[in-house]
Amino acid sequence: MRMDTDTGMGRPFWLALAMAMALVAVGVLQSWNVAMAILNLQLISALMALGVNIQWGYGGLFNFGIMGFTALGGLAAVLVAMPPVAEAWAVGGRGMATAAVTMAGTAAAIWALHRLIKVKALRGPAMALVFVVGLALTRSFYSPSVAAIEAVDPSVTGFLGGLGLPIMVSWLAGGALAAAVAWVIGRITLGLQSDYLAIATLGISAALVAVLRNEDWLARGVKNVTTLPRPVPYEQDLQGQDWFVDLSVRVGMDPSLLSGIAVKALYALLFGSVLLVLFWLSHRALHSPWGRMMRAIRDNRDAAEAMGKDVTRRHLQVFVLGSAVVGIAGAMLVTLNGQFTPASYAPFRYTFLIWVMVIVGGSGNNGGAILGGFLIWFLWVQAEVGGPWLMTLLTSGLQEDAPLRQHLLNVAPHMRQLVMGCILLVVLRLSPRGLLPEPRGRHGLAQQRNGTEHS
Amino acid sequence: MEPPPHPSPVDSNVVDTQAVDTKAETKRPPAPWRRPLWIAVGVALGLAVLSMVSRDGGGIDLLNALVRFANFVVIPGISYGCQLGLGALGVTLIYAVMRFSDFAHADTMAFGAMGVILATRVLQGMGISAGPLPTALLALPFGILGAVTLALVFDRAVYRFYRRQRAAPVTFVIASIGAMFVTNGLVRLIIGPGDQRFADGDRFIIRVQTFKEMTGLSEGLALRTTHVITLVVAVMVVLGLFVFLNRTPLGKAMRAYADNEDLALLSGINPERVALWTWIIAATLATIAGTLYGLDKSFKPFTYFQLLLPIFASAIVGGIGKPLGAIAGGFVVAFSEIAFTYPYRKILGYLGFETDSLVQLLSTDYKFAVCFIILVVVLIWRPRGIFQGRVI
Repeated sequence: MRMDTDTGMGRPFWLALAMAMALVAVGVLQSWNVAMAILNLQLISALMALGVNIQWGYGGLFNFGIMGFTALGGLAAVLVAMPPVAEAWAVGGRGMATAAVTMAGTAAAIWALHRLIKVKALRGPAMALVFVVGLALTRSFYSPSVAAIEAVDPSVTGFLGGLGLPIMVSWLAGGALAAAVAWVIGRITLGLQSDYLAIATLGISAALVAVLRNEDWLARGVKNVTTLPRPVPYEQDLQGQDWFVDLSVRVGMDPSLLSGIAVKALYALLFGSVLLVLFWLSHRALHSPWGRMMRAIRDNRDAAEAMGKDVTRRHLQVFVLGSAVVGIAGAMLVTLNGQFTPASYAPFRYTFLIWVMVIVGGSGNNGGAILGGFLIWFLWVQAEVGGPWLMTLLTSGLQEDAPLRQHLLNVAPHMRQLVMGCILLVVLRLSPRGLLPEPRGRHGLAQQRNGTEHS
Repeated sequence: MEPPPHPSPVDSNVVDTQAVDTKAETKRPPAPWRRPLWIAVGVALGLAVLSMVSRDGGGIDLLNALVRFANFVVIPGISYGCQLGLGALGVTLIYAVMRFSDFAHADTMAFGAMGVILATRVLQGMGISAGPLPTALLALPFGILGAVTLALVFDRAVYRFYRRQRAAPVTFVIASIGAMFVTNGLVRLIIGPGDQRFADGDRFIIRVQTFKEMTGLSEGLALRTTHVITLVVAVMVVLGLFVFLNRTPLGKAMRAYADNEDLALLSGINPERVALWTWIIAATLATIAGTLYGLDKSFKPFTYFQLLLPIFASAIVGGIGKPLGAIAGGFVVAFSEIAFTYPYRKILGYLGFETDSLVQLLSTDYKFAVCFIILVVVLIWRPRGIFQGRVI
């Protein structure tokens, strides 16, 4: 552990440089389009890892619901950027609004009964009665409206549509939506201890994605929303511009190739600036009194509580903040893909892989989380390419059509799960605090602030 | 520390009577059993009333409704409950002894089932079969061997290190995520991500048609071989496990270690031996659960990964660390999943309530939402589960 306490500036710099070199190598060896595509997803993954790091690294919260918040960000992109479907609003808007009002009314009535009725024997049946009546009432408005909305040109719309605002707005909206949902979830689950919280949030995220998949009136469910607007110009439009053709001639590159790279570079610029801003903000937060308090709560909850810190509130706060960052990343991801596909949200890819990023990068260290996001995404993509390559090499001794060789070549892309698991286990064993550990001890943050004071 | 003052004989007498009193109190039947009993009585009474108020031919229609309910809810619920319960038993054992939630357990199930499938294929190739029973039952030992080997490799290579360090439970959980990735990758590498069907032998014990002819009812009841096998195997395994845990020295050592680690270490229990046998038992249970699930439905790595949530829900609902709770939790989760997503229109039709809607409480896609809702309700109202397990 001695070496971990003295990272200084050298290690992050060299690791970042190595990462950049690897990307350049992909650009030279494979293609620059691939390299830029990897870079874009690396930036988004890094942002997600930053969000998880805020929850886990600062607060010690075991949130396995990352997938849910990512999907909520994606939903926000649809709800903000798609044009509203006037016809659907006309046939079902009023009914949905009424259903929402009755649902809220039921919730309020149940809450009021819970507060007002002091006799325990009466409280339960009364609440159940109100619940059943409210549910029946809500459904009587909800079901016909849903049917009406989903019948509106089902192959193209069949949903309420969005606000028709620029899609960049949805990044903020995604953060806000994720934060709002996180507040509710946090109120329910944050009383739970580590493992329970992990399992509960895993369940909630599965339930959230199930809702997105099935509620077609909201975002078309598994029919997907594929026509999201872009914040950057389309490749075809670029290729039609005279100045762009001029530029491609001057660079000596095919216009279609250059346009792909240019569009991806614009995305990377946007994502990179969001990442930089959020990194700076979380860096400032971690090095503020608030950040010290969070780490104190994480490291010794009881002591922090005894010092008068409101642990539950701080946990809720950090849960909401981290989820908001994940939500922003989710909206950015959907923006990059140009489509919202609820069926693609799987816990392996959107929860556990992000966790691997944080643990491998270094929990509690924002730079580490970002490095982990870059590194793990790179390996995740390259293992898919490298698996078949390795298998071809390994099985080159076998006959061309041997069944074993065919099978191995078919399943080779799945090697990446194996690779990820091994990386996680090896890093956890050899460098338990990650590649860029959180500064502690003599060079720790607290000591830097307080001079040479010994504790 | 000062030794505690020696109690006078009178004092000890008082203490003794108190002890007897508390013993007498604990002898009452445990509360969790009574409520289901009352619910069952209530349901039976309700059905009786319904049969009286339902229109002409009430008795036959009631029978039809019951048969339909049994065919689509009770029988699938029992077999799914057994499968979940066996899975949850492994999770709960690992939690009781190692004190962490094993996220790799669902993938261990897939790995074990994969071993069974491969051995089944070999046996089928050699022309060996179990007659009317699925060949997979013969192949079970090979699958168990594979899963146990994998579990022990992980224990030696990964968990033992952290156990010796007395690392925080969170570290174990993260390590188990690594193990989950590796196991999942291995399964996909060896058998591929596709669907595998490996059930052979007789599919049905009672066919729908036969049942209809036998009873003259318009509703049929199908009893599939896999349902019966699931129930029989699960009962055997659970009985064996309880005998092991309660009667054998090793089982007692495991329980002692689970109850109080330090005390168990002081009394000379070897923690490595306890860990070894925990993994062996957990991997065996996982393989059996995975094979039964695969026989009943079909084998697909992704489906098995998705079982993780219902399994955890079962373990927690039952009270984590309690073997009996895991079984009960499995049934609670399985029955709720099926009962909430089953369309009751025809059953209600038999009872005299004709409706146009499906009378389905939730769409089938909300299966996972159901187990999550149960989880949250239990965590809020009874955080230690039905059987008063540990609080994590």
